[in-house]
Amino acid sequence: MHTINKPTKYRISLKEPGIPGVLRMAEERFIFTPHDPRSLLKLDVPFRSIKVHKFSKDGSKQALLNLLHEGGGYIFEFDSFSDRNICRDFVGKILGKLQATCPSKDDKAVPDKTTPAPGEQLSPMEMEHRIKLLRDDSELQRLHKQFVMTGILTESEFWATRKNLLDDTTIKVSKQRTGFKSTMLADIRPATDGRTNKVTFSLTPEIIHQIFAEKPAVHRAFLDLVPKKMSEKDFWTKYCRAEYLHRTNNSVAAAAEAAEDEELAVFLKHDDILADEIRHKIRRVDPTLDMEADQADDYIHLQDHGLLRDGGKETVDAESELSRRTLSQDLNRHAAVVLEGRAFDVELGDTRTVAEALARSKKGPSLEAFDKNESQERLEKACRMTEIEDLRGPHQLPYAPLFIKDPREYFDSQQANALRALGDSNAGFKNTDYNFNLEESYAYLMKQISEAKVSGLNDIVQSDVAHKENLTTSLV
Amino acid sequence: MASAPSKLYSDDVSLVVVLLDANPFFWAAGAGGGNHPAATLPFSKFLDHVIPFLNSLLLMNQLNQVVLIATGINTCGYIYDSGNGGPEGSDNVSEISSEILLRLEEFVCKDRKIGKGTERAMGGSVSSLLSGSLSLALCYVQKVFRSGAIHPQPRILCLQASPDGPEQYVAVMNAIFSAQRSMVPIDSCVVGVQHSAFLQQASYITGGIYLKPPQLDGLFQYLAAVFATDLQSRNFLQLPKPAGVDFRASCFCHKKTIDMGYVCSVCLSIFCQHQRKCSTCGSEFNQAPREPNSASDTIRKA
Repeated sequence: MHTINKPTKYRISLKEPGIPGVLRMAEERFIFTPHDPRSLLKLDVPFRSIKVHKFSKDGSKQALLNLLHEGGGYIFEFDSFSDRNICRDFVGKILGKLQATCPSKDDKAVPDKTTPAPGEQLSPMEMEHRIKLLRDDSELQRLHKQFVMTGILTESEFWATRKNLLDDTTIKVSKQRTGFKSTMLADIRPATDGRTNKVTFSLTPEIIHQIFAEKPAVHRAFLDLVPKKMSEKDFWTKYCRAEYLHRTNNSVAAAAEAAEDEELAVFLKHDDILADEIRHKIRRVDPTLDMEADQADDYIHLQDHGLLRDGGKETVDAESELSRRTLSQDLNRHAAVVLEGRAFDVELGDTRTVAEALARSKKGPSLEAFDKNESQERLEKACRMTEIEDLRGPHQLPYAPLFIKDPREYFDSQQANALRALGDSNAGFKNTDYNFNLEESYAYLMKQISEAKVSGLNDIVQSDVAHKENLTTSLV
Repeated sequence: MASAPSKLYSDDVSLVVVLLDANPFFWAAGAGGGNHPAATLPFSKFLDHVIPFLNSLLLMNQLNQVVLIATGINTCGYIYDSGNGGPEGSDNVSEISSEILLRLEEFVCKDRKIGKGTERAMGGSVSSLLSGSLSLALCYVQKVFRSGAIHPQPRILCLQASPDGPEQYVAVMNAIFSAQRSMVPIDSCVVGVQHSAFLQQASYITGGIYLKPPQLDGLFQYLAAVFATDLQSRNFLQLPKPAGVDFRASCFCHKKTIDMGYVCSVCLSIFCQHQRKCSTCGSEFNQAPREPNSASDTIRKA
C-alpha cells in the first residue's frame, strides 16, 4: 500500500484557524508535519487509535476531514474536495481493514465507513446492505467481531458462507409495500391567498394515485381523456374545479357547470363504477345474514348518519343527479381502498403509468369465473343454513345393531341357580304326559272351558281341603 | 275407564291386572291323570278358583278394578275389564263369570287359528307368551297412569302354569324392568310343575309376592289370603317372604356358577374363561390379560 502526501491545515478545534502543513498517510499511521518547523504541533498517530472518521459534505464551505479518537479528533482542512476525498477514501480503507465493520451508534455520521477486503471492490449498496445485516443481527455481529476483526477470517470469507443471507435480503428489500395513507382526500384543502379569487390545489403523485383508487370514475375518465382530448393539467384543473364546486355546496353553480361541460359533469355525478361495484358486493353478501339482529344498534337513526361531507347540513335533495356523498359513504369507501392496499409496484412518477397499472391490476383475476364459484358456494351455504329440521330424518349416529343369536343362553345361565335355591326337584318332570298334539290340546282346553260353563259355580274349596293344616297357615 | 277421573280414589283402591295362562299343552297334559298339576287341577277347576277370586277382588272395594288378560302360546288378549261394565253393567257374579268364559273361549279359538299357519315344534316345552301379556298389562297400567292425577293402585298378578320360555328372556326382562320403573309390583302364583325363574325375578325386582302353592286344590284360599289385599294393607300382613333368590350368574359356556368371570361388553354374556369371540352376539374381543381379576370386564357377585 502506498502513502499519500497532501497539503492540509490542521485545526485543533473548528473555531481556530488551521495550521498549514503536510499530511502524510501510510498504512499504519498518519503524520502531520507543519510548514512552520518551530511549531510543536507535529502529529504522528497510528490508525489503530482512530475510531471513526467524519467529513464535511462535498460542496460545503470547507473540505474537512475529522479523524476521531478516544479523547477527541484531528480535524484537517483541505484546500480542495478532491484532495480531501482521496484522503478520506484512504482512511476509510485503512480503518475498515483495521477494525473491520464495527457498527457504531453514530453511523449516520459515517456513511462512508466501508470494509472492503483487499482485492475486492464492493459497491456502496452492497456494503450498506452488509452493514445493515450486521446491525439487525446481534449474533452475526458478534461473530463478525470475533472472526474478521481478529483476523481469523477475511471479510470475503466471512460473507462467502452467508451468501444466502445476502441474496435473500436483497430480494426482500422491497418486499413490504407501503400502503395508502389513512388520511382522507378531504384533507387536501384548497389554499386561498386572501387577495385574489385564485384557489390552489396541490396534487402529488401520491394523492393522484389515491384519487384513482378511490374514485374509479375519475380513473376511467383519465384513461379516456388524457392525453387524447385534453392535457393532464387540464384534466386535473377540471377535477379540482369540480371538487371545489362540490365542496362549496353550491349546487346551483355545480349543476350549471355540469350542464355546460360534460367532462366536468363526470366528476360531479354519482360514480357509476362504484355503484356497480357496490351492487356487486351486495349480491355477494351471505344470504343468511340476519339484518334484524343488528336492529338493536340502530345506526340509521343516529344523529350523524347521512351527514354530508364537509359538514354540510342541508337536506339531501334526492332529485339532484349530482353526487351527494354522505360522510359515512366516503369513510367506508376510503377504508375499503386503504384495506385493499396497493396492488402493484409502480414508481409514483408518471400519472399515466400509474393509471394504467391500476387499470391492469383491477382486471386481474376474471371476476366472472370467480363469481360463478362464489354463487355456487353461496347457494350451498344457503341450503345448509335454511335446512328445516322437520323435513329431515333424525340425525342418527351409525351404530352396529346388537345381534343376539340365542337369548336362551341368558335364561339358562340364571335359571339353574334360581331353581336350585328354591329346592325345586321336579326338573326331570316336564317332559312327561305331553302326549296330546296341538289340536287335541286345544280341543281339551275348549272342553274344559265349556265344562266350567256348564257346571257353574260350585263350592270352590272343598271343606276338607280348607281344613288342612298346611294350606295357608304356614306360608310365611 | 271414561268415568275413572271423576271417582274419588283412596290409597286402598286397587287395579289388578291378572294374567291367566291358557297354554293348551299344559292343561291338556292333565288329561292323562298322574301327578301332573293339571290333573290335580284341570282348567275348569282352575277357572272355578280364579273367577271367584276376581269377583272377590271387586267386592273388596267398590272402586277396585280387575282386568283379565289371557296368555296363549301364539297370542295374548284382554278377556275382561271390570271398568268397561258401565253403570248398569254386569254386576251380577254369574254374568261376569259367563262373560269371562265366553271371551276365553273366543280367545282360545283365536289362538288356535293364529297358530295354524306356523306349526310350532311339538314337544313338552311350548311356553306361553309371558312377555306379551306382561307388556299388555303394563300398557294398560300406563293408560291408567295417564288418566288423571289420582288413579287406583295398579298391580299385576301372574297365574303361570307353563314353564318359562327361555327365548323370551330379553323381552320378559325388559317388561320386568319397565314395571320396576313404573313402580308396578308383579305378584306371581305358579301352578305349574316347576318354579318360574322369570316370575321369581319379576316379583323380586318389583317388590311383589312370589308363591307356588303346594296344595293346588286350595288355590282360591291361597289367592284370597296372599294376593287379594291392596298394596296399602300388605304392609301390615305377614306374607310369604321372597326366598333368598340366588341370582348368581353361571357362565354361558359351561353353566357353572361363577363368582368372577368375563362379561361381554356388548351383550353382557358371561364366560368363565376368556373367549376370542362372544358366542352370543359375535363381538370380537381383544387379547385379554392373563389374570381374570385384573381385567376390567370381570364381575364380582357375592
